[in-house]
Amino acid sequence: MYVFYAIVSLTLLGLFLGLLLGIAGKYLKVESSPIVDELEAMLPGSQCGQCGFPGCRPAAEALAEGNAPATICPPGGSTLAEQIAALLGLDLDLSEVKEPELLVARVSEATCTGCTRCFKVCPTDAIVGAPKQIHAVVADACIGCKKCVEVCPTECLQMHPIEVTLRNWRWAKPSAPMTGNALC
Amino acid sequence: MLSLFSKPRIRGGVHAEEHKAITASQTIAYDFPLPEKLYIPLQQHVGKPAEPLIRVGDAVLKGQLLAYSQGLISAPVHAPSSGVILDVNDYPAPHPSALPIRMIVLATDGKDEWVKTPDIGDPFQLSPEDISLRVGAAGIVGLGGATFPTAVKLNMGRENRIDTLIINGAECEPYLSCDDRQMQERSAQIIDGVRLMLHGMETHHAVVAIEDNKPHAFYAMQAAAQAFPEIKVVQIPTRYPMGWDRQLIRYVTGREVPVGCRSSEIGVTIHNVGTAYATHQAIRYGQPLVSRVVTVSGGAVGRPMNVEVPLGTLISELFAFCEVDLAQTARIVMGGPMMGDSLPHTGLPTVKATSGILALTQHELKSTDEQPCIRCASCVSVCPAGLRPLDMANNIKVNQLDAAVDIGLKDCISCGCCSYICPSNIPLVQYFKYASGEVAARQQAQHKSEQTKRLMEARQARLERIAQQQREEEEARIAAKRERERLKAEQEAAA
Repeated sequence: MYVFYAIVSLTLLGLFLGLLLGIAGKYLKVESSPIVDELEAMLPGSQCGQCGFPGCRPAAEALAEGNAPATICPPGGSTLAEQIAALLGLDLDLSEVKEPELLVARVSEATCTGCTRCFKVCPTDAIVGAPKQIHAVVADACIGCKKCVEVCPTECLQMHPIEVTLRNWRWAKPSAPMTGNALC
Repeated sequence: MLSLFSKPRIRGGVHAEEHKAITASQTIAYDFPLPEKLYIPLQQHVGKPAEPLIRVGDAVLKGQLLAYSQGLISAPVHAPSSGVILDVNDYPAPHPSALPIRMIVLATDGKDEWVKTPDIGDPFQLSPEDISLRVGAAGIVGLGGATFPTAVKLNMGRENRIDTLIINGAECEPYLSCDDRQMQERSAQIIDGVRLMLHGMETHHAVVAIEDNKPHAFYAMQAAAQAFPEIKVVQIPTRYPMGWDRQLIRYVTGREVPVGCRSSEIGVTIHNVGTAYATHQAIRYGQPLVSRVVTVSGGAVGRPMNVEVPLGTLISELFAFCEVDLAQTARIVMGGPMMGDSLPHTGLPTVKATSGILALTQHELKSTDEQPCIRCASCVSVCPAGLRPLDMANNIKVNQLDAAVDIGLKDCISCGCCSYICPSNIPLVQYFKYASGEVAARQQAQHKSEQTKRLMEARQARLERIAQQQREEEEARIAAKRERERLKAEQEAAA
């Protein structure tokens, strides 16, 4: 008889707790908008804070809520602004957006002491070297984040604009003498 | 009446003032004095630059290989004359930016001595593969200005079962007449080159298309082709850009090349008449491409002419020979006035792509005071690609490049018809050139940001792996220490 009571009470207890958990799962669910994830994936992810938000995730949240313009991210430039506007269906005026100036770090061989501090902070492993050996920057992998410049004890790492060659030379935009009403 | 229902054979285009008569009436000049120094760029073609195999100080003969082709799409470079290599270094390129590219500098010795060329015999006994190998080894590229390696096109021709080879003798750009003169003076050689190309591509039908403003060239070519029923010489209307491959294919064959496809995919390949001549020279005599005919013309030129010059000749020497008045010259253009590149100075070499060098006076340039768009849609009706230039330009003005790409920016061939016809002088084609470059730059930036994310993730994974390893080592060390202590305690207890 005691066995029967035990089975019934434990079964009821199990059902009750299961129901409670089910209700809690339905009503206390934490909402995470998939669009925020998508926006975050589009942003550079370097958490630089130039937008005024403490990182890329908060910026993506602000964008999703409509509290930030599509042109929020300075390092992303107009390419990113256009992608964001397309995703969120926003109208976009890009004539005010400044393209980010592209820079790459370069090691001055004369002053590099081979201290290895720079390549430890490089987020893309763009600096190669070994202790007491002169380091070098792989320009293709450098994203111009300037973290290495901050830690370099001899100031041998400096940012330089990307050299213009025939491969990356582009035609300049014609200077438009027109006024705004030309866009008829 | 039926013509109402057939598709138009020409779309868009303009008829610009030709300015060809002055150079087209004279024979090609061969008395150009050999320059003391030749500047030979390692990249005169589409694809990878050639790799030099000579050293500074080496003595070379005319036609000797200076740099070999690298990779599938590339072309070798040969010595345009005999002499000594002075330098292999960066010099300004014949490009609107005049940025430096690698060049070989050759000091000529004045003897102009050819390297020994092997006797070939009957080239029609050679296998088609052999023809394209030899054409490739002679450094031949499309001499109409596109400079795509010819051997690659011949190979594609064999692979794609080409049924029609079109030889482009349209020469639709104003001022230029080098192809016209070559067709008049070298018709037999060009037709022989066409036959060799047909043999190399395993194709049995060729059409030589010549604009009807060049009757002498047409008759000369027709006479030369009479003995060969596989080669047809036809006249086409004079209308810029008739020499654009898609326009020419539509007119000659009635077929339309789909967007994003090569012409070889619909069974047609196009070569320029100059390329056919170079093929003849290479296969019959084993002579690589070391010189070309260049039209020197324009209002500031004292003696406008077509002249055969060694590749690598500086424009300044060419101008001195043709008595160009630099004080009168408002713009130096390489190529034709519609699609050619404006060059900043004359210290740049002529290359395989140089069909003409123009010294234009201020009077010949279009005025540049831009007016607002009056929506006359002239640009829409002249666009040979069927685009809406005014809409694209408006999008590009406000940096909406994606919108411009959506309405066909990538199909724009920068022919310049829209800018030419615009009554408001809007620099339409300049906007499209800018936007095309910008779109390419953005694609590169996109590519880079993807690569950056991969690098960051790889670094993160590596750091975690190292941290994990350190944790495990630490735990192992602690465990070993504990084990030692336990053993010690046991020993002490036993003692």
